[in-house]
Amino acid sequence: MFVGFLYELRRRKVPVGAQEALALARALETGLHDSSLEGFYDVARALCVHTESHLDAFDQAFLAHFKGIEEKGQALAEELLQWLRDAADKPPRERTPEESAALDALDTAALQALFEQRMREQRRRHDGGDRWIGTRGLSPFGHGGAPGAPDGFRIEGEGGGRSALKTADARLYRGYRDDQVLDTRALGMALRKLRAFTREGVADELDLDGTIDATARNAGELEVVLRPPRRPDTRVLLLLDVGGSMTPHAHLVDRLFSAAKQATHFKELRTYYFHNCVYGRVYRTERFSDPIPLPSVLADCGPHWKLVMVGDALMAPYELMLRSSGTDLFDPDGPEGIVWLMQLAEHFHRHAWLNPEPQSAWWAQTVRTIRRVFPMYPLTLAGLGEAVTHLARRGAARA
Amino acid sequence: MPSAFKRFTGTDRYLTNPALQAAVNCALALERPLLVKGEPGTGKTLLAEAIARAISVPLLTWHVKSTTRAQDGLYVYDTVQRLHDSRFGGGDVKDVGHYIRWGPLGQAFRSKGRVVLLIDEVDKADLEFPNDLLHELDRMRFRVMETEEEIVAAERPVVVITSNNEKELPDAFLRRCVFHFIDFPDQELMKRIVRVHHPTLDDALVDQALEVFYQLRSLTRLRKRPSTSELVDWLAVLQAAGVQNVKLEAQLPFVGALLKKEQDLEAFAEAAGARRARG
Repeated sequence: MFVGFLYELRRRKVPVGAQEALALARALETGLHDSSLEGFYDVARALCVHTESHLDAFDQAFLAHFKGIEEKGQALAEELLQWLRDAADKPPRERTPEESAALDALDTAALQALFEQRMREQRRRHDGGDRWIGTRGLSPFGHGGAPGAPDGFRIEGEGGGRSALKTADARLYRGYRDDQVLDTRALGMALRKLRAFTREGVADELDLDGTIDATARNAGELEVVLRPPRRPDTRVLLLLDVGGSMTPHAHLVDRLFSAAKQATHFKELRTYYFHNCVYGRVYRTERFSDPIPLPSVLADCGPHWKLVMVGDALMAPYELMLRSSGTDLFDPDGPEGIVWLMQLAEHFHRHAWLNPEPQSAWWAQTVRTIRRVFPMYPLTLAGLGEAVTHLARRGAARA
Repeated sequence: MPSAFKRFTGTDRYLTNPALQAAVNCALALERPLLVKGEPGTGKTLLAEAIARAISVPLLTWHVKSTTRAQDGLYVYDTVQRLHDSRFGGGDVKDVGHYIRWGPLGQAFRSKGRVVLLIDEVDKADLEFPNDLLHELDRMRFRVMETEEEIVAAERPVVVITSNNEKELPDAFLRRCVFHFIDFPDQELMKRIVRVHHPTLDDALVDQALEVFYQLRSLTRLRKRPSTSELVDWLAVLQAAGVQNVKLEAQLPFVGALLKKEQDLEAFAEAAGARRARG
């Protein structure tokens, strides 16, 4: 029965329940799986997996449950795998009809038994033969061999034509696991939570309830009431640290930037650049040209803007203490860098710092100092999600 | 026990693999919605058309937009028309049913025979949208509040839902669907797909083009990797221009048909330059 398999799935965090079990039972009753393991694999996958991030876990569960080899602990010797890996690029010998017929006569159980027997007997590398586990051969074990053994065991190597019984082995969906993916779209999806709507602008949408109300008050004479449409009302200020220690993260930050740019639910998005620490000026380009004094940024962007800082917060400690002003990069009378940061944090009700460095590297002194000013989140999908949740909260609650 | 039904095996214009067929057949047999995900351009929308063709029933399409509400799919009560008629005369104002406009889901439920209903790009709509449809899709019935009329599907429509992954879908919604993730076709299947669309194209050119295409896709820096539909378009352009052979180099003919983003074109130019430098 497949119930054990469902528990195997649950163990691997694929959420399946009674609903999936019943659906699967009905599908099997209808004969959708054509009484084959391949058919069962396809049907079970369609019914038990609901999102591509679980496909890999499904494949692993399927392997663990239906492939006896691992279960019996018959670990493939590293040496054997080595023979198989560097198969020479020569075509395999054709199988004769007699040989094919003999092979077809074997069922999976017999093959498995035979495989285990060979595992015990085989002592050396073997290519191009018809008995041992090897490459370019006719034996149903190994890879790169002659086609026509649909039930054979593929061991390592690229699956040619997916004819091996254990397609799940290929783990094609490893790339879709959600604990690893971090592309522009995933970032964009995380940013989407950061939206809010408000009605403002030209009144050009029909307010139905208002119209009926007004018409009734007007003794049945039609009185049309209009209202402004719902519009996104999130304004985001993005300050990016570029250059120096941020260079290794440039690609990641670039993706975040383009995800933010693509997001259609921001009413306004402004991006400025700084290096290491924010001083009296930030820059409109990543080449640090076209500076704009920080006070005028604060004047332009009200406290309701969401401030997102992106940087590794790694620098020499003195850099937090450099004095500067809006007009002069080094002004002995201006506030220190850390004071500028505190001004930013104080000005905006909602702010967060995204750090591309792994959390394990956050012990550095400047990171710890900045964390006292800004709530800091790692620049990963999970971290971004937390940051966005923090930013989306209303009001001026301080972290 | 569900009666024997006609298995879906793809059509002459739409090629499938066993996994996709199994998913479609599960949806048909269990009468559950089929949720299809995959990269853009892998034929998610075309699948609904193919199913409709294969089981010879009409296809209804509901293109979801960012402003679409679940209610729009069932029916819309045209108050403005009714107000207009009551004020200026015309129409049967007393009959509310006269002012009910059926949406795609409403049409599908009211249809006499079986239909295929495509709910395209369900993730475009608001986050709450799929949840609002749960009951209707589950029970295949809904009530028209204005007329107290209960609409029940005579034959459960085959519902195909596509998603581009722009938003995550709620778990409760996912649980009710048969799920399939359309893989990107491997080179072998792609060749057959190309053959369906361009039966007269020169074999050598197809091989070269596929080679270039998969090399392009393997460039990790691309933001939008070209997909099937782009390949088909590109081949059409190559054919129209009478190009005889292509290989991956900086001056790839009509590269604009494959790469749609400026940054991708830059990344491609750099990669092509690096290849030449290596020899």
